[in-house]
Amino acid sequence: MFGKLTWDAIPFDQPIPLAAGALVIVVIVGVVAFVTIKGWVPYLWREWITSVDHKHIGIMYVTLAAVMLLRGFIDAIMMRSQQAIAFRSQGYLPPEHYNQIFSAHGTIMIFFVAMPFVIGLMNFVVPLQLGVRDVAFPTLNSVSFWLTATGALLINLSLVVGEFSRTGWLPFPPLSELTYSPGVGVDYYLWGVQISGVGTVMTGVNFVTTILKIHAPGMTYMRMPVFCWTAFASMLVIVAAFPVLTATLAMLTLDRYLGFHFFTNEAGGNVMMFMNLIWIWGHPEVYILVLPAFGVFSEVVSTFSRKPLFGYRSMVWATMAICVISYMVWLHHFFTMGAGPNVNAVFGIASMIIAVPTGVKIFNWMFTMYGGRVVYATPMLWSLGFMVTFVIGGLTGVLVAVVPADFMLHNSLFQVAHFHNVIIGGVLFGMFAGYTFWFPKAFGFRLHEGWGKAAFWCWFIGFYLAFMPLYVVGLMGMTRRMQHYDVPEWRPWLLVAAVGAAVILAGILCQVAQLVVSIRHREELRDLTGDPWMGRALEWSTSSPPPAFNFAVLPYVEGRDDYWRRARLAERGAGPAVEPVYKAIEMPRNSATGFVCAFFATFGGFGMIWHIWWLVGVSLLGAFVTFVVFAWRDRTEYEIPADEVARIDRANRRARGEAFTPAGVLS
Amino acid sequence: MILGAGVRRFVLRLAPLLAALPLSGCDLAVLDPKGPVGEGNATILVDSVAIMLVIVVPTIIATLGVAWWFRSSNQRAFYLPDWEYSGQLELIVWAIPLLTIMLLGGVTWIGAFDLDPARPLESKEEPLNVQVVSLDWKWLFIYPDQHVASVNRLVIPAGTPIHFSLTSGSVMTAFFVPRLGSMIYTMNRMRTQLNLLADHPGIFHGLATQISGDGFADMHFEVEAKSTEDFYAWLGQVRAGGPELTPESYIALSKQSVVPAPFTFRSVTDGLFDKILDQTLPPGPGPVAETDPGPIVATAPRLCVGRRN
Repeated sequence: MFGKLTWDAIPFDQPIPLAAGALVIVVIVGVVAFVTIKGWVPYLWREWITSVDHKHIGIMYVTLAAVMLLRGFIDAIMMRSQQAIAFRSQGYLPPEHYNQIFSAHGTIMIFFVAMPFVIGLMNFVVPLQLGVRDVAFPTLNSVSFWLTATGALLINLSLVVGEFSRTGWLPFPPLSELTYSPGVGVDYYLWGVQISGVGTVMTGVNFVTTILKIHAPGMTYMRMPVFCWTAFASMLVIVAAFPVLTATLAMLTLDRYLGFHFFTNEAGGNVMMFMNLIWIWGHPEVYILVLPAFGVFSEVVSTFSRKPLFGYRSMVWATMAICVISYMVWLHHFFTMGAGPNVNAVFGIASMIIAVPTGVKIFNWMFTMYGGRVVYATPMLWSLGFMVTFVIGGLTGVLVAVVPADFMLHNSLFQVAHFHNVIIGGVLFGMFAGYTFWFPKAFGFRLHEGWGKAAFWCWFIGFYLAFMPLYVVGLMGMTRRMQHYDVPEWRPWLLVAAVGAAVILAGILCQVAQLVVSIRHREELRDLTGDPWMGRALEWSTSSPPPAFNFAVLPYVEGRDDYWRRARLAERGAGPAVEPVYKAIEMPRNSATGFVCAFFATFGGFGMIWHIWWLVGVSLLGAFVTFVVFAWRDRTEYEIPADEVARIDRANRRARGEAFTPAGVLS
Repeated sequence: MILGAGVRRFVLRLAPLLAALPLSGCDLAVLDPKGPVGEGNATILVDSVAIMLVIVVPTIIATLGVAWWFRSSNQRAFYLPDWEYSGQLELIVWAIPLLTIMLLGGVTWIGAFDLDPARPLESKEEPLNVQVVSLDWKWLFIYPDQHVASVNRLVIPAGTPIHFSLTSGSVMTAFFVPRLGSMIYTMNRMRTQLNLLADHPGIFHGLATQISGDGFADMHFEVEAKSTEDFYAWLGQVRAGGPELTPESYIALSKQSVVPAPFTFRSVTDGLFDKILDQTLPPGPGPVAETDPGPIVATAPRLCVGRRN
């Protein structure tokens, strides 16, 4: 009846996961009860759960990322404290638990923090920047989000029911095969990542279509803001790379469920094939994450320098070059496999070549600031912090692409420090910059600057404290994923790293405080202009938050940074005071398809993990029925009458006209 | 290589010094090698960092300098609100990283060939063959020509090149002695090769560097480089006592366990390594639960159709 699932799956003998799980359940039940008592359920259902509005989906993605960041960070704190303690002792986490923690940390941070954060920002910003009303496939967008949420749910479920994978964030066989990992941990990983991966591929398709096909009039490709270009490059990489991940994990699934031999030791299975396949996805994945961050920095640096981005064409070419070259470098993840020197050298050099367009970008941001009037708002601090940190991460990255150096540094904590250097210093700083930058657009009020700056400095200093010591222990020969160690020289550095993690924790607490303080003081931080930063792209031309239809009349774009030009004209009193002719707008109707799909995907995935076959069957049937119902729907859109559009837009224009003192708070 | 030998030696000598400034008293194994392979790797590592620092440091300084000088409150800074393109600057902007990478690419190309792990080391001495088998969770070192074996302790003659053949008796992991040089993967049914040499007698830390399961953290070993006489004396001691490594004792050893202290085998069945390689001796059984008997515990030799390096 319940497959492999028995009471033994609940870790009654392990206090840490049990307490954590209980706490999470209490919090969830509490929130659900609170929401129900307050009578917010219909509102949530209408405006969020079934919403196909790209802005709402974007906000839900970022919320998911924020919650998962907390979970992933708790794992990080546990690892750092374990390594700080476990010198010539077992510490407080036994290996079977410690190995789950680093596996969960990596999986969650990449798939359920970085990815949803990037996709969430893109969802919110790209249609606004393109000057359009929604993405190409709004309902598909909602399905993508809910499938990602399903993946996150399944992975977190493993905390309480059963166990998580102990093989690292990528399940290298044969360790991840049934022989060496007979438990359900790897299955949780496989189904969690697989289901969210389906959502990610659909997002890719959706955004490639949107960016290629749906523009405001006059918005040619070479007039698109660089963030749209980076989003486009990132989504192209998703469309090409994620199917490889899906196929690879499907092969591992076949090995584990049906006794296939793709990657087993026996019967001609080949580990090397898995390594190649997973990194053909895995390396492009880091560019999927970092390219949109580059886009955010491009927006932020030019906005807060009060200047157009320097070398727009170079930036576009650099982005597309990274997009293409990112496929040609995967082998640098295993120079130590013993492939010949030709292979290693070619892939080493290919990997370094990526540093060229990346370096170009750094210089271009610098020249963007040159001759500017740099305003040190929080997003700009994140950007400067990024530029300094990322250059160092780039240096160590090129260093590990130098084949003989990699022979000494592969799998060491040096490498751990390197990729945290680029992922925290690049992706996460970028996402935080974007979060602060676009928050007023999403909610109509700015985030508190003081707490934001405190958060930045804690993160920045904490990052250096936590990861520079890891570079050092890496050079001392310490490898990653050690549950305990006996080498006394390593210990002081690991203690410093633990302190660094504590400082990052302070940064996260500042961010929580920032959010709370900003919500409480939202009236003082209110953005009535729709343009709190003296922005440049089209998203700042509409109100904050934008109406459901984004733009009452689609803007007509005459050049790059078109909104900036118009706003400066308006300042000089030459603004277009003429009211446009309002027409009725058709918008996509809400749809529960995404939520219902995710409901069935959750139970289907759970059934697969625990071998509860009837549940899998029921879920598949349910998903199919959902699809049929969606496919045979009659009405896909609803109409917002012209009067209503006019009423909303007139109110916005009035507020904007009265409050329009550009960047009133900052300069 | 790319930098002149003199410069290289200077940089290499400088590196520990530089490192010593902030890291006083700490011991950077990777930058303080005890053999030619590690030295080659470390030289390239330090050279590459030096080459990159030449542009990275000015870039960081320039970025912060520009950002600070052009702060909005600085009345003396000029403002170019429409400046967004300069052909010459673009050229420089592309050229600087490109030239750096060309230089580093050269270093990488030459280094990849010079320091290929499979490439025999130049030496007057005949290389000593050592066969390495990674097991759950210990290291088995077989001396095929001396017919002895050792677990979790690798004893080698200093000054003699060691030719390692490596495989795994279970999951994939990696063999690494930071003081001696290059690490390399071990994989079941596949043989990788590595050549290392210790210049002088000494004791070095060796470890597994790819997660291989619950006992991973205990999967480290000691490398003891002895003078040639001491090495032969050690061989004599080993032959004098201890268990024999036969297919049966290998199968017992290949079960998941952590070895509390290193030990040796006084003799080894001929061709044992090849039997592990072609799976005549099956890969380790993994965790064997009482309730759930491991499904793929191999008992009989089987015909293997896979690829072997």
